[in-house]
Amino acid sequence: MKQDIILAGVGGQGILSIAFAIDMAALKQGLQFKQAEVHGMAQRGGAVQSHLRLADKKIYSDLIPKGQADLILSVEPLETIRYLDYLHPEGIIISSRHPYENIPDYPPLEKVLATISQFPRVKLIDSLSLAREAGSAVTQNMVLLGAASSFLIVEEAYLQEAIKELFGAKGERIVKMNLKAFELGRNKAGLGK
Amino acid sequence: MKKAIKKDVLLGDEAVALAAFQAGLTAAFSYPGTPASEIMEYLIRLARQQGGVKATWCVNEKVAYEEALGVSFAGKRALVSMKHVGLNVAADPFMNSALTKILGGLVVVVADDPSMHSSQNEQDSRYYAHFARIFCLEPSNHQEAYEMTRVAFDLSEKYHIPILLRLVTRLSHSRSEVVYGDKRDPNPLRRGDWQDWTLLPANARRRFAALLDIQQDLVREANSSPFNSLTLSPTSSLGIITSGIGYNYVQENINDLDQPPSILKISTYPLPLELIQQLMSAAQEILIVEEGYPFIEERLRGLLGVQDKIIRGKLSGDLPLTGELTPDTVRAALGLAPLPRLEIEEKLLASRPPQLCPGCPHYDTFVALKEALKGYSQATVFSDIGCYTLGALPPLSAIDTCVCMGASVSMAKGGAEAGLFPSVAVIGDSTFTHSGMTPLLDAAAANVNMTVVIVDNAVVAMTGGQPTYATGERLAQICAGLGVAPEHIRQIIPLPKNKEVNSRVIKEEIEYPGTSVVISTRECIQEVKKRAKRR
Ligand SMILES: Cc1ncc(C[n+]2csc(CCOP(=O)(O)OP(=O)(O)O)c2C)c(N)n1
Ligand code: SF4
Repeated sequence: MKQDIILAGVGGQGILSIAFAIDMAALKQGLQFKQAEVHGMAQRGGAVQSHLRLADKKIYSDLIPKGQADLILSVEPLETIRYLDYLHPEGIIISSRHPYENIPDYPPLEKVLATISQFPRVKLIDSLSLAREAGSAVTQNMVLLGAASSFLIVEEAYLQEAIKELFGAKGERIVKMNLKAFELGRNKAGLGK
Repeated sequence: MKKAIKKDVLLGDEAVALAAFQAGLTAAFSYPGTPASEIMEYLIRLARQQGGVKATWCVNEKVAYEEALGVSFAGKRALVSMKHVGLNVAADPFMNSALTKILGGLVVVVADDPSMHSSQNEQDSRYYAHFARIFCLEPSNHQEAYEMTRVAFDLSEKYHIPILLRLVTRLSHSRSEVVYGDKRDPNPLRRGDWQDWTLLPANARRRFAALLDIQQDLVREANSSPFNSLTLSPTSSLGIITSGIGYNYVQENINDLDQPPSILKISTYPLPLELIQQLMSAAQEILIVEEGYPFIEERLRGLLGVQDKIIRGKLSGDLPLTGELTPDTVRAALGLAPLPRLEIEEKLLASRPPQLCPGCPHYDTFVALKEALKGYSQATVFSDIGCYTLGALPPLSAIDTCVCMGASVSMAKGGAEAGLFPSVAVIGDSTFTHSGMTPLLDAAAANVNMTVVIVDNAVVAMTGGQPTYATGERLAQICAGLGVAPEHIRQIIPLPKNKEVNSRVIKEEIEYPGTSVVISTRECIQEVKKRAKRR
């Protein structure tokens, strides 16, 4: 059993929180994992990605080979496109459809979404409105984690526990908001464009 | 009684920090730098929670190294960590400390950054270990990072040399599980012998001879190190020599080969000569997979090459000479076809480089500076390293150079002496205290016609918000102490509403025909946010 996941987004969108939640869940479930992340320069509003590998046996490479990712989980549609090379022919894309436009040459959104939709197994999520419904635009990352949860080899209950741990220090309200975001995302599960 | 297994989820950097902490560490020193910063960050956290260890950010890597050396002289164990270019700054104490008789274990952790994710170059620190003739360990994963760090302290005390632990970005910043052991007690306080530590020529010659004497022992240590391993193939004529995380990429692809090749995994330098000889006699074709420069490959080929064998690696073009290895480049070097993937029609890629945060104080300083420089055809802005280097990109396009820490001030002096006017240096508060003060002393002594703009955001922002030791008024005092005329040390607050005043102040100082300083002080927005959250 293995699952290779590319997490993508823009610096500040909480990619590492998604990674952390899945790591914690994997740990609770007794899976091995490796998770390569980006720090430093690239965090300042730049493209951020994390390679997350889960398996029930030893994992060697910290990086996922191209064509091997079972899942691209992305908080931003242009960032989804950046890593399409990594996707396995039967891999799944779960992506926000909401653009983060902090560059002058952001391509037309329809084209971005159409490019993603060429793939056979895609779920585009209106993560921004669901995050707002949960209480804040900053919970888009948890919406996407929720939307991906039924495809992950870690159990949902462990993910929820991990979210509680992750946000515990910030108080009950923040924990609840993130759990809500997770739930709203999960309710959108199932593939379809 | 069965002992419970203790484990934790850690970054590669954190695995090193935990190991050092548990190895009886007395003190650790560092200057921030990606990808090494998390070592000290984790040590500071451990020290705060558990006590018993001093863990401090220092003013630069040379100072950090020398502080660690002082700890070693006192018989105690010390760790000094930095990014690869930090070792250039600390090269003087590093090279010379190899000649001292290290007393308390001294481990030097250097994190290289192949692909230059956050660096000016991708130099390979293994050459430094070789240069200094000391022992170097290179882990391939988190568990090894932990174990090698612990062993490194023992080896340092066994051979009385500093031990270099080489990390790379992909390990430093990858997270995985680490099983850890028990904490060892710190060493008792002692003192080194002056003859082993005072590198007067007579002592230095004797000490260098001692260093040369142990070289064969170090090779023997490498031959028998449990971190090196050789697996000979009964069927394949291919032999792979691999080190560090290159090993992982080999393993990732190995099952797709028809025959399992022989594999020599190298984790120590000097190289394990015996193991290399065994591999060479078992294989016809040798592929060398190493992260960084072709260090092993160069040594193996020598000047004249290896007779009757095919050697492949970076020098043969089978693997790229620049950039980090990936499972895919190693796959190709193994002669395997790429894994299947879906081709799509159109890629639509726009790059998304990092940029200054909205509301960043540096932005306002640059706007005022650009305004002040309007109309001067030769205006040159020598910049330095920090968030403000992002001022190079549009829309600001405000700087002309960025070479190494502190170089803005010295290059501005050189530029001015060559005839450039205005010659402006832009340097952050932390970079200024790291290595901008000494060139300013030079410039002020000659009263060279240049202006230094210190972009003071009261923190080391680029690397994640570590503390700096001088901001605001303190910087003004330092500049005055270095000999800049007090009336030409001006302080401004970079805010949009101050644009006109600020550009006027800068322009006045540019027009002053001597060395002047403008200190532009406003806290980094990210720090303001962090503080608001804590409240
Ligand atoms: C010798 C060396 N050490 C460390 C670094 C990593 N580094 C790059 S910029 C920087 C600090 C910048 O701090 P500051 O000058 O205050 O600027 P800020 O990022 O806060 O704007 C550091 C530590 C480096 N490039 N070279
Ligand atoms: S981290 Fe601070 S100094 Fe760096 S760009 Fe953001 S606001 Fe500016």
